[in-house]
Amino acid sequence: MSFEPKLVGFLCNWCSYTGADLAGTSRLKIPPNLRAIRVMCSGRVDPSFILTALSKGADGVLVLGCHPGDCHYSEGNYNCQRRLPITKSLVEQMGIDPRRVRLEWVSASEASLFQEVVSEFTEQIRSLGPLELKEFDFDRAAADAQLVHE
Amino acid sequence: MATVKIRIDGQQVEAEEGSFLLPAIQEMGVEIPTLCYYKYATPYAACRMCVVEIWDKRKKNKVVTACNYPIAEGLEVLTHSPRVVAARRTNLEMLMSRCAPMPVLQEMGKKLGIEEPRWGWGTDTCILCGLCVRVCDEIVGARALGFASRGADRYVTTAFDGEADSCILCGACASICPTEHIQLEEADGRKIIHDEVTLGPNSAISVPFRQAVPNVPRIDPEYCIHFRTGGCTVCSQVCPKDCIHYDEQEKTEEIEVGTIVLATGFQDLDPEILKPYGYGKIPNVITAMEFERMNNAAGSTGGKIQLQNGAEPRSIAILHCIGSRDERHHPYCSRVCCMYGLKFAHLVKEKTEAEVYQLYIDLRAFGKGYEEFYQRILSEGVNVIRGKGTEVVRAGRGRAEEGDLLVRCEDTLAGVFREIPVDMVILCTALEAHSDAKETGRKFGVSIGADGWFIERHPKLGPVSTATDGVFLAGVCQGPKDIPDTVAQGGAAAAEAMSLMIRGEVEMDAACAVIDEEKCCGCRLCNDLCAYSAITFDEEKEVSVVNEALCKACGTCVAGCPSGSIKGLHFTDPQIYAEIEGILS
Repeated sequence: MSFEPKLVGFLCNWCSYTGADLAGTSRLKIPPNLRAIRVMCSGRVDPSFILTALSKGADGVLVLGCHPGDCHYSEGNYNCQRRLPITKSLVEQMGIDPRRVRLEWVSASEASLFQEVVSEFTEQIRSLGPLELKEFDFDRAAADAQLVHE
Repeated sequence: MATVKIRIDGQQVEAEEGSFLLPAIQEMGVEIPTLCYYKYATPYAACRMCVVEIWDKRKKNKVVTACNYPIAEGLEVLTHSPRVVAARRTNLEMLMSRCAPMPVLQEMGKKLGIEEPRWGWGTDTCILCGLCVRVCDEIVGARALGFASRGADRYVTTAFDGEADSCILCGACASICPTEHIQLEEADGRKIIHDEVTLGPNSAISVPFRQAVPNVPRIDPEYCIHFRTGGCTVCSQVCPKDCIHYDEQEKTEEIEVGTIVLATGFQDLDPEILKPYGYGKIPNVITAMEFERMNNAAGSTGGKIQLQNGAEPRSIAILHCIGSRDERHHPYCSRVCCMYGLKFAHLVKEKTEAEVYQLYIDLRAFGKGYEEFYQRILSEGVNVIRGKGTEVVRAGRGRAEEGDLLVRCEDTLAGVFREIPVDMVILCTALEAHSDAKETGRKFGVSIGADGWFIERHPKLGPVSTATDGVFLAGVCQGPKDIPDTVAQGGAAAAEAMSLMIRGEVEMDAACAVIDEEKCCGCRLCNDLCAYSAITFDEEKEVSVVNEALCKACGTCVAGCPSGSIKGLHFTDPQIYAEIEGILS
């Protein structure tokens, strides 16, 4: 059986979630790999959500928000846009391919773009293969001791 | 000024002392011939047609020009005595012998019983009344005209007989000239002023159209002489209620409101981009909106359906779906064209003898009574052809007898290509969203769909409300719809807005951010993150505080809080973690 990636999507309530809804009512074919979580704004997406999702078994995380300038809350998507690169570098430091985390803008009317983005992201993660987290021991006491030593 | 009593033709009247005699006589309804008198310019007594016989208070008898004779106590006036008529006849005869036989002089001569002057007709067309000079000077303020030479050589001209720099091309001299001596001509390759005036408004002050709201005249500053030279002000002198204020300016007012109904409507697709139909190039290819104007009793032709040359069309083609249901332009159906197309056919049949061709893709008679109307149109002998009109061309030689234009289409029911000769083509152009709808939408927090129309909150459960509380939609700005649907939606939007206003208070969403004061470290990071300034810093407690009435629950502060002390109600961290765990298990 081929590898079916598990994807977590954080969809903003006003644009992308509505766009996804429209994709559904328009009967567009969308890979079933994306599991959507509704947030009111892409600005609500805490980097720890992305890390948690990856650690709990997601192979990729997709964050979808309103186009720049169209945010229902004026500037929430800009905050998200600034947090994502930091999150990506954090993910990279943990030995995870940063391509597994992606931010895209999808408006309420862009059902076909939603379909496109999800299909493309699914294919990308499929080619990257399942996410294997490296096990490493974290000796808290030793780390603390080192800090104290410094 | 004092009011004095005078007698005109034996009748006692009251008039203002010092004012001129002619307006007082005209006010009585007595007709006095005149050529050079204009109420708003200084009287000049040039044509001498307004002569009357008077007895002043010293009982001195004389014949004077009424237009510039000042009224005084005890004046007695005869307007049509034998002496007056004889004087008028002589004066007119002298004007006639100067001028060519012009309608205005012939008309006046007929009234005074002169067919031809004793000394024969002259050749000039100017009577040297100087009305144009006075109007240009006193009213327009351009001072472009004046008299030149003296005596028999006197004539009206511009400075040095050249092109007058001070002329503002208003055309007042030509329109005021009693003998049509002054004509507007083509100059510098510019179109004749006359045409420009008729293309623009008929007058610089007018009611824009009959059903205008508010139904009051407005001044077009581009044409108004006052705005160009500072002169004229005739309209404000005429207005009995002193309604005209030239210094009134457009102003922007700020009004605080709690609810807004967006009803910004639509724009017509510009048919010039659809080259095969030849709109703007081929005469008598018009849009539906233009046909509506023509058909309107208050429109340019007074409701007469006619071609550009004024003739009645022998046949008319109505082309549906111009720009709608067309992947190159708008994929959607404009919804109103089928029915107004049928209405046009009915009106044409009612007003003219013309053949009517309807060229449609699908006829969508969807509403109450619409199908019945369609059947009625069919019974009226309208040719209904299933097939989109693809091209309009001028008819070549040999075909022009049947119609000036040829409409090409595929008759999909008969399975043949057809060329239909017609005289007029009506394009049912698509309704499209305003070109600045996106900007408007942004201003009001309303999103725009792929077609450019505003998106309602929910197609079934929230058809008039939007993603922004208190902003409602009505009419075509939300999507193409006909008048009944627009009225219904407008009513619903107004009712929704009213229900908010009557309640007098706003229900807040239960979702909002709350700060745990115990955990807050007072870093104030969230204060700047909030787009609504809903978070402020409590200096005393040294913690940030959320104003729940301002918070819109976006959660940006929750995600940004370094100490994790902000909780986004209904979207708390534990809830979302549980969701992540749930969907990944």
